[in-house]
Amino acid sequence: MTTIQKLDRRSFLKTGAAAAGGLVLGFYLPENHSLEAQNALGKLNAYVQIGADDMITLYIHKAEMEQGTVTSLSMLLAEELECDWKKIRTEFPGVDPVAFGPMQGVFGSMSVRTSWEPLRKAGATAAEMLVQAAAQKWNVPKSQCRAENNSIVNINTKERLSYGSLAEAASKLPVPQYEVALKDPSQFKLVGKSQKRMDTPAKVSGKTIFGIDMKVPGMLYATLLRCPVFGGKVKSFDAAKTKAVPGVKQVVQISNGIAVLAENTWAAMEGRKALAVEWDEGPRATTTSASIRKVFADLAEKPGAVARKEGDVAAALASTPRKIEAVYEVPYLSHAPMEPLNAVAHVRPDGADVWSGMQIQSVARETAARIAGLPAEKVQIHTVYLGGGFGRRGGADFIGEAVEISKVAGVPVKLQWTRDDDLQHDTYRPASYTKFTSALDDKGMPTVWNARVVCPSFAGLRNGVDRTGVEGIAEIRYSIPNILVEYHPPDVGIPVSYWRSVGYSHNTFFTEGFLDELAFAAKQDPVEFRRRLLAKAPRMLGVLELAAEKAGWGKPLAAGRHRGIAVVDNLGSFNAQVAEISIDKGKVRVHRVVCAVDCGHVVNPAIVVQQIESGIVYGLSAALRGEITIDRGRVQQTNFNNYEPLRMDEMPVIETHIVPSTNPPGGIGEASTPAIAPAVTNAIFSATGKRIRRLPIKPEDLV
Amino acid sequence: MPAIDFTLNGKRQSVDVQPQMPLLWVLRDTLGLTGTKFGCGLQLCGACTVHINGVATRSCGTPISTVAGKNVTTIEGLSADANHPVQRAWIEVDVPQCGYCQSGQIMSAAALLARKANPSDADIDQAMRGNLCRCGTYSAIREAIHRATRYTGGSKVQSGGAE
Repeated sequence: MTTIQKLDRRSFLKTGAAAAGGLVLGFYLPENHSLEAQNALGKLNAYVQIGADDMITLYIHKAEMEQGTVTSLSMLLAEELECDWKKIRTEFPGVDPVAFGPMQGVFGSMSVRTSWEPLRKAGATAAEMLVQAAAQKWNVPKSQCRAENNSIVNINTKERLSYGSLAEAASKLPVPQYEVALKDPSQFKLVGKSQKRMDTPAKVSGKTIFGIDMKVPGMLYATLLRCPVFGGKVKSFDAAKTKAVPGVKQVVQISNGIAVLAENTWAAMEGRKALAVEWDEGPRATTTSASIRKVFADLAEKPGAVARKEGDVAAALASTPRKIEAVYEVPYLSHAPMEPLNAVAHVRPDGADVWSGMQIQSVARETAARIAGLPAEKVQIHTVYLGGGFGRRGGADFIGEAVEISKVAGVPVKLQWTRDDDLQHDTYRPASYTKFTSALDDKGMPTVWNARVVCPSFAGLRNGVDRTGVEGIAEIRYSIPNILVEYHPPDVGIPVSYWRSVGYSHNTFFTEGFLDELAFAAKQDPVEFRRRLLAKAPRMLGVLELAAEKAGWGKPLAAGRHRGIAVVDNLGSFNAQVAEISIDKGKVRVHRVVCAVDCGHVVNPAIVVQQIESGIVYGLSAALRGEITIDRGRVQQTNFNNYEPLRMDEMPVIETHIVPSTNPPGGIGEASTPAIAPAVTNAIFSATGKRIRRLPIKPEDLV
Repeated sequence: MPAIDFTLNGKRQSVDVQPQMPLLWVLRDTLGLTGTKFGCGLQLCGACTVHINGVATRSCGTPISTVAGKNVTTIEGLSADANHPVQRAWIEVDVPQCGYCQSGQIMSAAALLARKANPSDADIDQAMRGNLCRCGTYSAIREAIHRATRYTGGSKVQSGGAE
């Protein structure tokens, strides 16, 4: 249930939005999809304004990174407001917990999911009020008026009044207290049809302003030398050579290292190279990937916190004729968005401003205020376009650094990370290690799903379990009677956080790889095996069967080609992928990926297709080459030569098939990342008979 | 430090900077042309691609001193109103997602079409494999390059305003 409220000029100006005027309606977009039911009366965090100048503006607490949010949300509003969606302006105002709620940001593939009903309702309510205003002006019944193309039309006389000319009158009317009817989906003119993204023309002419493009008067360009070992600190430093580099203006120490401020980015980089620093490397200086793996492997031998328990696993294992065990593991991964992290900060005694591409503005403001030593309301956060987020820009470490440098140096600064900073000081997708045990009955069907998951925690423990560590293993949709999933959160000192699709990014590889093993152990076709286990999960079954059909599962392939399948449900969406591969000269080549997706009601099919492709490329890059390794407490990867994403000549043909659905929209920005790795490794098994249980895929896995 | 003179987007340009300063940072920080992007600093990702005398070049690895007397075209100078055949095709196919790498992708594609009127998929692989995209827009890029040839009438296109 969405509450729509009218705002007068004064209270709207308090939201920090642009000059108010005309009709302004406030409404509520849930910050978390599980909070939808808790929409308290009077809580507002989004606003639509119909100005006397005919401008329609949407003020929201989201951001645009790569997922087409602006386009999709404008379409939802315009569908009911009967206006040209391309002319809706979208503003991302500064952080204001009163006006926009405590969690402003874009994460968890939630923008469309949480906006689906409220935005349409806000549009319908505004249209209703404009109709009423027109009816009063013409002195006709409201049934004689219709909203159409930014105007109200008098059905009898064909007279038209523009929204702008009615906005002031509409703003004097009470908000309808009755339920304004929303269109039946069959009446949608816009939603469900592919629309071009609104942000494209600026992006192809180089005019879009990303964080890295921000410049404010008096600003210096900064780089920061951090201790290469996690948790290490500066012992001493000598900046004499740095200060001799032309263009370098200041060298300052902050809590996280030594900052070089210069008149351009390059001078700041050159100055940083000339720094001589002695580090106190701290207790992590001996950490290696091998030492971390040993911690994980040892924990996997011990019982952990219970994440899910059903039936009696011990009894089923004791009586099984066939027990099957396997260990699956993945490395740490970096996000590596194309735009290296950056932030512009200007800290003054009486306030501060921050400009950056960020996913969660609320966290940014809290961090900036704490470091600047200012009350939160004195900090203005300005969101600009993100050159890729993938979860990395949900943190605010880079913003905190810029704020601290500006505070210490007393000037506005742009802190620019380099690519090696980005790879070596990320908050990583955790490495993870899972030991599976299963049992097959005499019909070859699994009776046990037993997993011991070892995965560093970052999202908080409840009853000893971080759900991000076990998602995709604990909540499997397969009907297996005895389930025990246990969890260990090792702390090995490597910073970890959200990475596109979060726990599913590793756990779907584990689950779908191991399930494929069970299918082959049972001498069953992998699709048929899954089909039998998914009889009670119709949407999973739907995508499985559609992907198999479209990929021609079971039909002969060209010589040297092999197929593998995987299926996943995450963030309210379901998808199955069939990968078609060949192996040549120690390299795997992915030729074609068929993806069937059920993401509920689709707002913009073109964006669904874009996001499916995007997620597959992201997951495939990780499966083929993604690996952050640690030696002497340091990340070894430095740039795209040793952390190399997929390139154009490796791009498979991706075919996306959307299952028609009237279910509420599911998330799409992260849906397709998890299943590609197991689809590919299952295809490799079909080619070589060798099971790959560890990513990335190595040449020795292919022979 | 003597001034370095070159032609930028069809106009004469003179800069007074360190001779080894990369063209990328001269464009972005000194001249305020921010359409050319920084991605890796080691010529591994292509985000900083510009045309130098019509050839797609990574500006992050190009000292400004080597540009003296040459023609430089950036995304801002590729066309007056985003109407270069490659940009038109990019809009029609709706290529960008986050958009950050797209200036470099477009400059590489424009240079390819200036060399080859009707590039094959293999030509596209070869010309574009140096341009990374983390959003995975590669298939849209391929489609847009093929589509751009519709606007070139099968002849090679100009690589930008500086020609």
